[in-house]
Amino acid sequence: MNASTAVVLADVPRRATRRLSSYPVVPLTIIGLLVVIALAADVLAPHNPEVGALGMRFRPPVWQAGGSAAHLLGTDHLGRDVLSRLIFGARVSLVVGFTAVIVAGLLGVALGITAGYLGGWVDEVIMRLTDTWLALPALTFAIFLAAVMGPSEMNIIIVLACVYWTRYARVIRGEVLSLKEREFVRLAIIAGCSRLTIMRRHILPNVLNSAIVLATLMLGVVVVTEAALSFLGVGVPPPKPAWGLMLADGKRGLMAGYWWLTVLPGLCIMFLVLAANLLGDWLRVKLDPQLRQL
Amino acid sequence: MTTALLQARDLRKHFPVGRSMFNRGGAVVRAVDGVSFDIMPGQTLGVVGESGCGKTTTAKLVLCLETPTDGSVEFDGQPLGTLDGAGVRRYRRSVQAVFQDPYASLNPRMRVGTIVAEPLVTHETLDRGRVDARVAELLGFVGLPPRAATLFPHEFSGGQRQRIAIARALAVSPKLIVLDEPVSALDVSIRAQILNLLRDLQQQLGVSYLFIAHDLAAVAHMSHTIAVMYLGKIVEIGPAADVARTPKHPYTQALFAAALPSHPDEARDDMVLAGEVPSPLAPPSGCRFHPRCPRAMARCATDEPGLRPQADRRVACHLYDDPSAA
Amino acid sequence: MTEPLLELRGLSTHYESARGTRVTRAVDDVSLTLERGRTLGIVGESGSGKSTLALSIMRLLPPAARIVGGEIRFEGDDLLKKSAREMRHIRGKRIAMILQDPMASLNPLFTVGDQISESLRVHEGASRSAAWSRAQSLLQAVRISAPAARMKEFPHQMSGGMRQRIVGAIAVACEPRLLIADEPTTSLDLTIQAQYLSLLRDLQRDHHLAMIFITHNLGIVARMCDAVAVMYAGRVVEAGPIRDIFNKPSHPYTRALLESVPRLTDDNHGRLPAIDGQPPDPSAPPSGCAFHPRCPQVLDKCKTQAPPAVTVAASHTARCWLHLP
Repeated sequence: MNASTAVVLADVPRRATRRLSSYPVVPLTIIGLLVVIALAADVLAPHNPEVGALGMRFRPPVWQAGGSAAHLLGTDHLGRDVLSRLIFGARVSLVVGFTAVIVAGLLGVALGITAGYLGGWVDEVIMRLTDTWLALPALTFAIFLAAVMGPSEMNIIIVLACVYWTRYARVIRGEVLSLKEREFVRLAIIAGCSRLTIMRRHILPNVLNSAIVLATLMLGVVVVTEAALSFLGVGVPPPKPAWGLMLADGKRGLMAGYWWLTVLPGLCIMFLVLAANLLGDWLRVKLDPQLRQL
Repeated sequence: MTTALLQARDLRKHFPVGRSMFNRGGAVVRAVDGVSFDIMPGQTLGVVGESGCGKTTTAKLVLCLETPTDGSVEFDGQPLGTLDGAGVRRYRRSVQAVFQDPYASLNPRMRVGTIVAEPLVTHETLDRGRVDARVAELLGFVGLPPRAATLFPHEFSGGQRQRIAIARALAVSPKLIVLDEPVSALDVSIRAQILNLLRDLQQQLGVSYLFIAHDLAAVAHMSHTIAVMYLGKIVEIGPAADVARTPKHPYTQALFAAALPSHPDEARDDMVLAGEVPSPLAPPSGCRFHPRCPRAMARCATDEPGLRPQADRRVACHLYDDPSAA
Repeated sequence: MTEPLLELRGLSTHYESARGTRVTRAVDDVSLTLERGRTLGIVGESGSGKSTLALSIMRLLPPAARIVGGEIRFEGDDLLKKSAREMRHIRGKRIAMILQDPMASLNPLFTVGDQISESLRVHEGASRSAAWSRAQSLLQAVRISAPAARMKEFPHQMSGGMRQRIVGAIAVACEPRLLIADEPTTSLDLTIQAQYLSLLRDLQRDHHLAMIFITHNLGIVARMCDAVAVMYAGRVVEAGPIRDIFNKPSHPYTRALLESVPRLTDDNHGRLPAIDGQPPDPSAPPSGCAFHPRCPQVLDKCKTQAPPAVTVAASHTARCWLHLP
C-alpha cells in the first residue's frame, strides 16, 4: 500500500451510531394485539360469534341507552354479539389479508423482475398477460373465480392473489427497466454474473422498497375486496365472521341508526391497514441501508 | 516486439434506428465505423472525442457488452467473435471496467466487501477466509482499510467509492481495465489522487488501460497512446505526448486548441471550430470532418481518407497524403 | 471614483435542518467586489458554497436556507433590503443567471421564440410582435443559424450547445448589468464549449456586461476571468486578480489545487502532486481553518482558530495564518 495514496483511516467513517428505533413499536403493538386476539379468540370472546339470539337483535353498545353488559359492543341483525364477531373476525382478516398480499406480491414481483430484466419476447408475453388480466374488472373476476372454486378461506386467498398480482408486476417491471441501466448492474454483467444471479442479487433487493410500499397499499384493497366477496356470498362463508362481511351486513342498519354495526368493524379495518402502513414504512427504512442513517 | 494484448481490426457497430417488430427498414446509426487499434500489455490507450464519436460504443465492444456488426477484436490471440457463453465468461476474467459515476457503480444494498469480492466469487469457489483475505488485500491496493469491507457504499465519499470500484475491478487480476471517465464526476482536488493510484497500480500490477475521458490533459497525462475519434472513426492515433503537443489532423488541432488553458497567459490559437457536431445518423460524405474543417480541400467532400502512417503515428487526412501516390 | 457594480460584505447564508438541529454554514462571511464590465470567477468544489452564493445574490434560496448576515450592494442598493416585488424586477432585467443544465432551464412545452419573448414582455412591456422580432435578432446575436426557423422550434429539437445559447439569449434579452453563470459549460462538448465561451466574451464586450463565473474548472477561470475568488467550506480563502492568483497563489489550497491539475504542457507520467483527504462535509466542517486536515503547511494555530482575510498584495487577499506573524 503506497503511503501517499493511502486514505487516512480517519476518513473512513465508523459504523454510524445513530440507529433507527430498533423495533417498530406502534405497528407491532397493533398487529401484535390483533394476533393475540385472533389466537386467543376462543378464550377472549364472550359469546359464540356464529349464533345469535333473535330476541337480542340490534342491541346498541353498553354505553348507549338500551345496551347491556352482556353485549359490550352490541348485537347485529341476527342477535349475534358484535364483540365476539370482531374478535373472531380478526383471524380471518389477518390471515386472508396478509397471505393474499404476500402471495400476490411474490408472484407479481417475480414476474415483474423477469419481464423487466429479460426483456424481448418474455417481456412481451408477460406484459400482454398482465394487460389482459388488468383489463378484467377485479371484482367481477374475483367473483367468477370464487364462484368456480367455491367459498372457503383458502380459495379466497388464491382468488385475491390471482387478481392483484398484476399491480405489483406492472410497477416492479417499470423499476427494473430503469434499474438495469444502472452502472452497478452493468458492472455485474462485466464481472461475469449470470442473469439469474443478477436478478436475485442486484435487482431484487433494489425493488423491495416499492414492493413493500405496494403491499401495504394492497392490504386495504384486499380487505375491502374480501368484504365485497363475502357480501356477495362468494367470500368467507357465513356465518363465519369477517370484518368485511360485518361491514357489508351492517350497511342495512345505517339508516336505522345502528351505527355500531358498520363503524366498529370499519375501525378495526382501519387500524389494521394503519398498522400495515406503519410497518411497511419501518421495513423500508430497515432494508435500505441509506435511509437507515436518517 | 511485444505482441498486443488486444487488437481491434476494422471494428464496426451499427445500430438500426426506428425498427420495430414490423418495420425492418430504416436508418442506421454508424456508431463505430471501421476502427482499428492495439492495446499493449501494461500500457494505456487513451481515447478522446466528443458526443457521437463512438468511444463509449467502442468500450462496450471491448467489454463484450455489444457484439460487433463487422470487424474483429482479438484478445491474447483469441478472437472474441468465436466465443461461446463459457468463453465470454472466461474473457470476463481478463477484462474489467470502472465507470464514471461512483454513486451508481456500487449496489447500494450490498456491503463493500461483497461488492469487491463479487467478480472473484463468480469465477472461483474459494472458502470464506481466502475471499476475505483477498478483499483486504484489494482494499489495501486502493488505500482503504480492511474495515471498509463491512460498510455500505453510502458511507463513503465519491473519491472513496471510486477506489472501491477500482478494487473490485482488480479482484480477478484482469489484464485490461476499461476506464470510462473515471474521474470526471469527482471533485477536482481528488482527481489527482485517483489518477496517481491508477498509475501506481499499472506500474505494480502491469495492467493495461483503455482510458476514455473528455479531459484532454488527464488523458495525455495517463496514456502512452492516444486515439482521437470523430463520428465513429479514428482520425489520428499515435504516441500521447506527440499527438498532444503537435497534433496533425485538423480536428485534433481544434480539439486541443479548445482545451482550456492551465494559465491565463497560455497561448491559445483561438481556432474556434464552427458548426455543430453532426449526428451519427447522417454523417457527411467523404471525410466526415470536411464541413467543419478549416483546411478542407475539394477532394475531402468525395474521398474518404484512410488512416495512414505518418512518421510516428497514423492520420486520416488528405493533407498528409503522399502526393506521389495515386 | 465609481463604485463597484456588485459588492458583497460579510455575506453569510445558513441552511437549517427541519428540526433546527443542524445548521450548515453554506456561505460564511464572504466579501467580494466586482467592477462593471469585468468577469469574476468563483472557484470551489462540491460543498464549497459557490452555488449557494450565486443563489444568495439572486435571492433565490430554497426555504431551508436563510441569509443571516452581511450586505449585497448592487449598483449602490442593498439587495437584502428589497421587497419580493422589487427583486422580481431586478431578476432578469438587471441581474441575469444561467445554469448548468439547459434542458432544465427551458420549458419543453413552449417554443424557443416564446421563451425569449417572455422575458422581454414581462420586463419591458414589449408587444408580442416587437418582442418576437427582438427575440429573433437575439438568436442571431448568439450565432444560431436560420434564426427565423429556430424561433418556432422546441427545445428538444436542438442540440445541447444550441440550447445553452438560447438560455444565454434569454439572459441578455433585457440588457442586464450582471450575468451570473453557474457551471454553464459542464455539460457541453469541448469544441462546443470553446464556441460558447467565445460567444460569452463577445456578448460581454458588446453589452458591457459584468459576469460572475461559478465553476470548479480552473481552466475556464484562466480563460475567461479577470479576477478570481477561491472558496472552501463556505469561505473565500483567496481572492485577487487572475494572474496574481495563478502566478503567486498565497493559500495552500489554491496552490495545491493548481499543482494537482494535469497540464497538457507537462511531460507525461510524472506523478501529480495530489491533495490528501477529501473536501469537508459542509454541515460538519473541521474546526479553525477548514483546510487544516489536508494542509501541507499546517500550524497548530490553524486547528483552533479560523484566520481572517489578510491582504498579501494589491487587491489580493488570503485567509491563512502563514501570512500573519
